[in-house]
This record gives sequence, C-alpha cells and structure tokens, in this order.
Amino acid sequence: MDGKCSAQGWVYSALAEVCRRSSPAAKDEVSTMLETLLPILIFTALALAVIGAVRRIRLWRQGRPSRVNLLQGLMALPRRYLVDLHHVVGRDKMISNTHVATAGGFVAAAVLMILVHGLGIANPLLGGLLLLASTSMFVGSLFVARRRLNPPARLSKGPWMRLPKSLMAFSIGVFLITLPTVGLLPDGLVEGSGSWLLALVLAGVVVWGLGEMFFGMTWGGPMKHAFAGALHLAFHRRAERFGGGRSTGLKALNLEDEAAPLGVEKPTDFTWNQLLGFDACVQCGRCEAVCPAFAAGQPLNPKKLIQDMVVGFAGGSDAGYAGSPYPGKPVGEHQGAPHAPILAPVVMKEGKALVDAETLWSCTTCRACVEECPMMIEHVDAIVDMRRHLTLERGKTPNKGAEVLDNLIATDNPGGFDPGSRLNWAADLNLPLMADLKQVDVLLWLGDGAFDMRNQRTLRALVKVLRAAEVDFAVLGAEERDSGDVARRLGDEATFQSLAKRNIATLAKYRFQQIVTCDPHSFHVLGNEYGDFLQEGQGGSDFNASYEVRHHSTFIAELYDAGRLTFAPWKGGSVTYHDPCYLGRYNGEYEAPRRVLKALGIQVAEMERSGLRSRCCGGGGGAPITDIPGERRIPDMRMNDVKESGAELVAVGCPQCTAMLEGVVDASAEVRDIAELVADALVERPAGDVSGVSRRTTAVTTAEEVTL
Amino acid sequence: MRPEQQQKQQKPGIDVAVLVSIGRHPTTGRARRAEQDARGLELALAMEAELPGSRIDVLHAGSQDVDSEAALRSYLGMATGVGMGLESMTLLEQPEGSDAILPLVEHLAATSPQLVITGARAERGEGSGLLPYALAEHLGWPLVNSLASIETVENGVITLLQALPRGQRRRLKVRLPAIISVDEAAPAARQSAFGPARRATFLVAPTTSEADSELAQWHLSPARKRPKRLKIIKAASARDRFKAAASKAEGKGGQVLTDVTPEQGAEAIYKLLKEEGVLR
Repeated sequence: MDGKCSAQGWVYSALAEVCRRSSPAAKDEVSTMLETLLPILIFTALALAVIGAVRRIRLWRQGRPSRVNLLQGLMALPRRYLVDLHHVVGRDKMISNTHVATAGGFVAAAVLMILVHGLGIANPLLGGLLLLASTSMFVGSLFVARRRLNPPARLSKGPWMRLPKSLMAFSIGVFLITLPTVGLLPDGLVEGSGSWLLALVLAGVVVWGLGEMFFGMTWGGPMKHAFAGALHLAFHRRAERFGGGRSTGLKALNLEDEAAPLGVEKPTDFTWNQLLGFDACVQCGRCEAVCPAFAAGQPLNPKKLIQDMVVGFAGGSDAGYAGSPYPGKPVGEHQGAPHAPILAPVVMKEGKALVDAETLWSCTTCRACVEECPMMIEHVDAIVDMRRHLTLERGKTPNKGAEVLDNLIATDNPGGFDPGSRLNWAADLNLPLMADLKQVDVLLWLGDGAFDMRNQRTLRALVKVLRAAEVDFAVLGAEERDSGDVARRLGDEATFQSLAKRNIATLAKYRFQQIVTCDPHSFHVLGNEYGDFLQEGQGGSDFNASYEVRHHSTFIAELYDAGRLTFAPWKGGSVTYHDPCYLGRYNGEYEAPRRVLKALGIQVAEMERSGLRSRCCGGGGGAPITDIPGERRIPDMRMNDVKESGAELVAVGCPQCTAMLEGVVDASAEVRDIAELVADALVERPAGDVSGVSRRTTAVTTAEEVTL
Repeated sequence: MRPEQQQKQQKPGIDVAVLVSIGRHPTTGRARRAEQDARGLELALAMEAELPGSRIDVLHAGSQDVDSEAALRSYLGMATGVGMGLESMTLLEQPEGSDAILPLVEHLAATSPQLVITGARAERGEGSGLLPYALAEHLGWPLVNSLASIETVENGVITLLQALPRGQRRRLKVRLPAIISVDEAAPAARQSAFGPARRATFLVAPTTSEADSELAQWHLSPARKRPKRLKIIKAASARDRFKAAASKAEGKGGQVLTDVTPEQGAEAIYKLLKEEGVLR
C-alpha cells in the first residue's frame, strides 16, 4: 500500500502545481495551459494504471503456483498475439479488421502521445504519425460503435456499451491536442474568450479517454482485456496451443502429494495463470453462441462462468454482469470471495455461493467454447477442476454419477458388467487375443461400447473391414478396462489414474505398432492423456510412448489409400457427417472420415456447423450420466442440424454420438457408423489387381487362419 | 420451524457405534464397502441433521490388508463435511478366521454406546446374519431388524420405523441402548469421496481374539446359483396382477392377540410353534 499513498501524494502535488502554474498563466495562451496540463494528465493516468496493475497482479498471485517460463512467454507474446490470437479473431473478418485498426491505432497513439505530449518531444514527424494513429483508432472505433448499435445477444452490455464512445473520446482528444504540434491549428481558434471553454472541453475529453484507456485498463474497465489478455497469452498454461499446436488432454492431479488440494474448492485453488486467464475475457460471447448446453437451456453459459470466476477472485457479487445469464438463473443472487467456496457446501435457500453445481455438470466438455475463444481461455479445464473437488472431496457427483464411478472401481466398466463378458459379442468371430499372440501390428481397442448392443454392430463391422484388408490385429479381450475417460471428466481423477496405470501395465506386456479404436474418447485418452502416467523406462526401447493411437476412420482411410480395400459404389441417398468432439476439436481429425466417405462414393452434404465448429451430440463429459435438465435436448438440436442439411443418413464415428443421435425420437435421418458404411460397401477386389497384396482368401477363411 | 430446530440443538447427541465389514462385489468379488453396512452408516450420518453433537464410532473387527484397507477407508469417505469425529475408525484387529463377536461385545460393553447400527448380513465369511442377534444376546440389549429410518431420539427412547414385507412400515419405540440392523429397506448409502477416505486414520484397539473353532471345522465351497422356479401367472387381467402384487398375504387361520400379558403371548407363540412342528 506504500506505493499507493506516495502515488496519491504525487497526484496531489501535481494538481497543486497545475493550479499554481495555471493562475499566472491565465492571461497567456491556452496552449500553454495544455502544454502544462497534458504531461501531468498523461503521467497521472500512467501512474494510476501502474498502481492498478500491481493490485491486479496481486489478485492473480493469490492462485496456486504454476510452472511457466516467464521470460520465454513474454518473448513469445508478440507472435502469439499477432498470429495465433488473430487466427481466431480472424474467423470474423469485420471484427478482426476493426480490432487491428482500433488496437493498432491505440497502441501507436499511446506510445507516441507519451513521447509527444508527455515528454514534450514536439517533433512534427512524430506529431504526424500520432495524427495518423489516432485517425486509425477513430475509424476503428466507428466500426466498434456500429456493432454496438444493435448488438447480438451474445455480447455483454453494461460498461461495454460505453467503450466505443471512450475509444472515440481518446482518439478525437489525442487528434485535437496534436494539431498544434504539427502547426495545423488555425491561430484564431485558441484566441478569444471561447477558447478557454474549448480547451476545458478538450481537456475533459482527453481525461475521459485517458481514464478509460489507461486507468480502466488495470482497474477493471472493459480495457482490462488488453492488459490481462496480453499477459495471459504470455503465461498461458497450454503454451503448446500456440504456433498451430494442440493441447487438449486434461492436466493430471498429483495424488502422491497428500497436501495438494484435490481440485478447486475456492478461487485461490486455481493456478495463478488460470486466474489471469479468466481476467482476459472480452465478454464477446462467442463461447456462449457455440455452447450446446446453453443452447439447450441448461444452466451453463461459459462466458458467465468465466466472469463468475473473476468475481470470485476479486470478491463481490455477480450483479455487475451485463450479459446473458445462465439459463433459468437470475443474475445478482450469487457472490464469492477469494477464499470462499465456489460451490455452497450445503443447499442454501437464498444468498448463494458463486456457482451452482448443476452449472458445472451441464458441460459436455466438447471444447467448442475453448476453440472459439479469441483469448484462448481454458473453460473446460476450469470446469473439470471444480468437478474434481465436488467428486473427490465432497462425494457429490449428481444423478447416476456415483453409481457409474462405483461400477468403474468394482468392475472396470461404467455399466457394472462382468469384465469377463467383454468379448461376449464376438463369441462367433474368433477374435485373436493379445494374450495368445503377444505381438501383432494392430491392437484393436474395443472400448466400453463392447457392452452396448448398438456399438457391437459397429465393432463387428470394423472387424469385418480389418479382416477384408488382411490386417494383423488382436484384441485385449477381458484384459481391457475402461480407458477412464468418463471417470476423469466426472472429476474422479483417482479412479482415472488407477484405470490408466493398470491399462498401461497391460499394454506394456505386448508388442504392437498401433492401437486402433472406434471410440474417439478412448482414442483421446490413450493418445493424449496416458502420457503423463508412463513409468520411467516404459517410454524407451520397449514400446510405450512410441505407440500410435488411431481412430478407425483414420486407419480405414490409410487402408484404402494403400489399396487394401475396394468399395462398391454408393447407392444410398444423401449423407452428412457429424464430427465427434473428441475426434475433431480434441484431435484435429476432420479429414480422414470425409476421405473415407469420399472413397465410398458419398458426396457429404455438410451441416452448417461441422468440422471445427461441429455441434456436440450431448454425450461427452459424462453429461448423459449427470443428466442436468434443460429446455431442449442437445441431440435433438443436432438431429435438427442433420435434417436441415437434407441428409437421409448421418455418418458418425463415435459410440457416444451414435447412442445420443439414435436416441432422438422421430429423427429424419438414419445413424450409421463409418465402419458400418465401409463394411457394407466392401467388395472383393477384382482378379488381376495390380497392387502388390495378393488376396487368396475370403474374409471368413482369414478369420480361421488367424485363430490357427 | 425455527424454535423446534433450536430445541433440537439443545438436546444432547447420543453415541452411536456403526459396525462395518468388508464387502464383496457380487460380480468381480473385489473388496468394497458392504452394501448394508454402508446403509447403516448412512443412517447414522443422517442422524447428524437431527441430533447435532452425536458421535459416531465406526467399528471393524477383522484382519487388515491392502485390499480391505481401501474398502474400510471408503466408509470414512462418506463423511464429508460431517463433523462427528469421523476422521478415524476403530479397528479391532484379529487374525483371519477369528470370531468377531467376543471382541465386539467387549468393546461395546467398555465404550457403552447408546445405539449400535449394523448390517443384517456380511458379504463374505459366514454371512449367517447371526451377528446382530449374538451381540444382542451377549449385551442384553433390544434388537430391531430391517430398519427403514430413525425418526426421533428423546429422553433415551428412540422412535424407529421398521420395514415389513410389501412396503409396510411399523413404528417402534425402543429404550436405549439398543442394536438395530439394516438391510435393503434403509436409504441407499451416499457416495464415498476419495479425499476424506485417504485422510482417514485407524485407531487400533486392543482385542482378545479367539479362533472360531466351529468355522475351522466347516468345509467352505463357492455357492452355486440356484435355478429359478418358474413363476406361473394365474392372473387373467391387469387388475388381478396388481392385486396379487400389492395386496397383503392373507393369512389363513391365526389369531390377533391384543391386551394380553407377556405370559399369555408367550404361551400362544409356544403353542403355535408346537403345532407347526418347529418345536418338538
């Protein structure tokens, strides 16, 4: 607090200086006054901004430690901002151009203004550049203002509505005070009695602009996003995301350390750079616009959640929030403090804690908000962190959650089935077992879909395809366990790690080149999340860490490219493709399934939301288990998307998506897995095929051969 | 509401001992918290809302290894945010194959809790369901089986709701100390959380263990699933089926005794048992 007092003292003495100087100068020119006043105003605003920055940084530092290379982060900042962030912003060209003009103009104008007016370097060249910068900023602010005329629902109102005016005040103010510097100001304008009034108005405009742009940047105004956002990019917890990389696996909890908190109970349990990330939010509401739970009327709005976290670590109530609420939950009833629990420990009638549990359990972890966020905020991490506390510390996993977790602990699968019956669906297929062969090319990971009759059809189709392509494969059979995906996303990190470690130990017994699975959730967990649990040495020469995990669509596409599969031409109607979140956004595989469909002779009629922006089926993150009620069902909305594409069949590549979409009543389209489509289209390659693989046997005899 | 709650606040809590055993998952046979014992603990935890200041002593008699420790810890994982001294569990450690009854009786007699809650039947070992009765016999305390809920505890008298077949309930007033046993009629146990389970500690109490000589002579073999008897549905209409499912079993003969002395009641029961050939 020392710094603040001395700074205040400095402000007072500076003001006194203004009074002292301005009174004898009263008879002098108005420009003299401005020359005196401007440096004082600028440096006062800067000093206040620095105080605000220190206060804000202290708020962030309440969080737990996180290992970030500060220097490297700061060095990478310009590139992360100019390239990675603008890639995301640039999906809306109008806004990205507006932002370039406004933000670029502002940064240039601010620096030049400090030089020209603050330090008094009245160089006409600098002045000219300053005029140019403020003009650019003004033009940008006009576009900002235009967007605010009739803003879409996703944008926050409140203080954000005054931002275009503040931007204009700053740019016009800077423009006008710079005119004399370059000698463009007509002499007559500053003479006479009206000039004083004009100067005062001008000073007022400059104060407003400085107040919003400098003071407000660190004290919590809309411009806070620039300060916090820049540092957030520099100290991001997933630095791998920049430069075109991907980092989607959840971060492991350290269960060895008994003192470490299990998840996040209070805002200060987040790491400091998570808190910083929350503060970076611009409240643009892109997350809200893509969130399936929000669209379904479930009580979740990613934007509000992030704002609630800001309320949490800064302390206070959410009454100041001016965006869309959580559906069905009025704004202003919730409050939080840095050391107060985010979720109320007991059900309270009135005066709630920061967030209600059903808000967290509504999330399907589809990552649409994360991919859409121009500030690259990690919503899903925060949600899972808080879920971990609920499950691991309070034992409050809603609805079927507790039962599913108990089943996973007792039977290694969420349905509580006998682990020995994992291969019952394949009793007639004579699937080769890893335990017998020890070494194969491809390990076929079945996933928990092996217990689900619908997914068993997909699995049978996939086996047929693998045999047609003469792939050397085997399954783990009863040795396979649930990958731990559901447990982890329900917050039960302990059960996840137990399953992961045991699965890794099983995998380590055998030799294979790749794992193929038709379950994108297993695919993601095995490929992106097991890496944290490999023991020392397992990643070495033996096999692990070097194993490759493939989704069946990728693998089938490769088989086709290698000429090992031949398809009959497609005779069905129009087809669309639904991108599973855990294949697309989590693993960036958008192309292989489409390549397979193309190979089948299918022209994919794309849905409006496909690829990166694909809408979730509602089946991820344990959402069907926690089952938070909303106004609509997410799969219904997705099947509506399918209907709008005009397709009679929707191709999927995920057991969850199949189950969710097939559960839609009165659906207009049939749901088929890619493996089923491929299996149906299989034809024996014509004789005299030129590709090197000779095909002497049919699929059936291949099956017998493998078992021999 | 409020004055009533305050009244309850003033009432002193009671000491409750919950007996827990190591369960066995029916499909995989893995150690877990036993279903019925967990329901018993749930019942005790739910009492906390009614009677703040109650103390729960979780008690286990048996051998301890890595597997069983995880199962025992999962009982304590249920006690999140319940401030009843549930951070630890009393362990009467004894070698495998020992009789649990005597150490339990000794411990209960020494600590003299007012209420003992136990599951009706263990999931491993003998699973004879005789333990509650043996304890009641040794301690000379009343026993209520198949408990549905605890209603009130006032002036040393507990009001209980006992579950009877076909969803019927019977309200009972029992003088404490008493033993109650819990089966599937009691409310399901809450989720067990990892954090509190991991932090839980064990207090090992001294015991005198005695090998179960009878058990040692038994030949144990895995149970075979008994074939299900085919159910012949005689009902012709939905109404008949509903009646068959919902109506009380209509007793043939028998008599209702009211306002009789205990001696007369005992006489009537004795006579019936003779007639039925139970007693010879």
